[in-house]
Amino acid sequence: MDVLYFAWVRERVGHPKDRVETGAATVRELVNELREKEERYAAAFADLDALRVAVDQELADFDAPLNGVREVAFFPPMTGG
Amino acid sequence: MDIRVQDAPFDLGAEANAFAAKQSGMGALVTFTGIVRDLNDGGLDAMKIEHYPGMTEKAIEKIAAEALSRWNLGDILVIHRYGRLQPDEVIMMVATSAPHRADAFQGAEFLMDFLKSRAPFWKKEVGGDSVDWVAARDEDEDALSRW
Repeated sequence: MDVLYFAWVRERVGHPKDRVETGAATVRELVNELREKEERYAAAFADLDALRVAVDQELADFDAPLNGVREVAFFPPMTGG
Repeated sequence: MDIRVQDAPFDLGAEANAFAAKQSGMGALVTFTGIVRDLNDGGLDAMKIEHYPGMTEKAIEKIAAEALSRWNLGDILVIHRYGRLQPDEVIMMVATSAPHRADAFQGAEFLMDFLKSRAPFWKKEVGGDSVDWVAARDEDEDALSRW
């Protein structure tokens, strides 16, 4: 699946997108896998309270299942308007 | 509804007039405009707005559809820019039309409250040596609960 990063999450990870093969059942499991990758991922995902997640372009929570999902995005709380 | 996410500037007056011209039987038209503010007293060089192409349009459409279902509205226009904007530039606008003003006002307020915290935009302030992501405010999140 594609994993996308926006705003300071993208800056901490260092790039906007990863293509990952994962057996993670939920967003939280995916986050734990990402944290293991490298220190910069651990830094980006240090505080989940500071992050929001979208699953296939819909806002979701960290317990959302990933079965059949094509795209997961991580970002800070939104500041539109 | 008319939803546009674009980097190009737009003419607020022309958009408001074009929106008004499309309506019929609507006694009220409300517009709101968001503008880049320099909170650092001349220290802001630009505001950079990032968004999530694909999700942004869908999220705004969903918010607008919700507004249409809750109030007696004729139509909704949302234009939101992204990219690099200068102080005093127009960031975005919403317009609502309705038979009566209460629906038009409330619909526009609802749209703004949700666009602030539920549409995937992120603002970054660039000024001098400092570059800071704008933090979401608790008040903006709290504002959603009144709806």
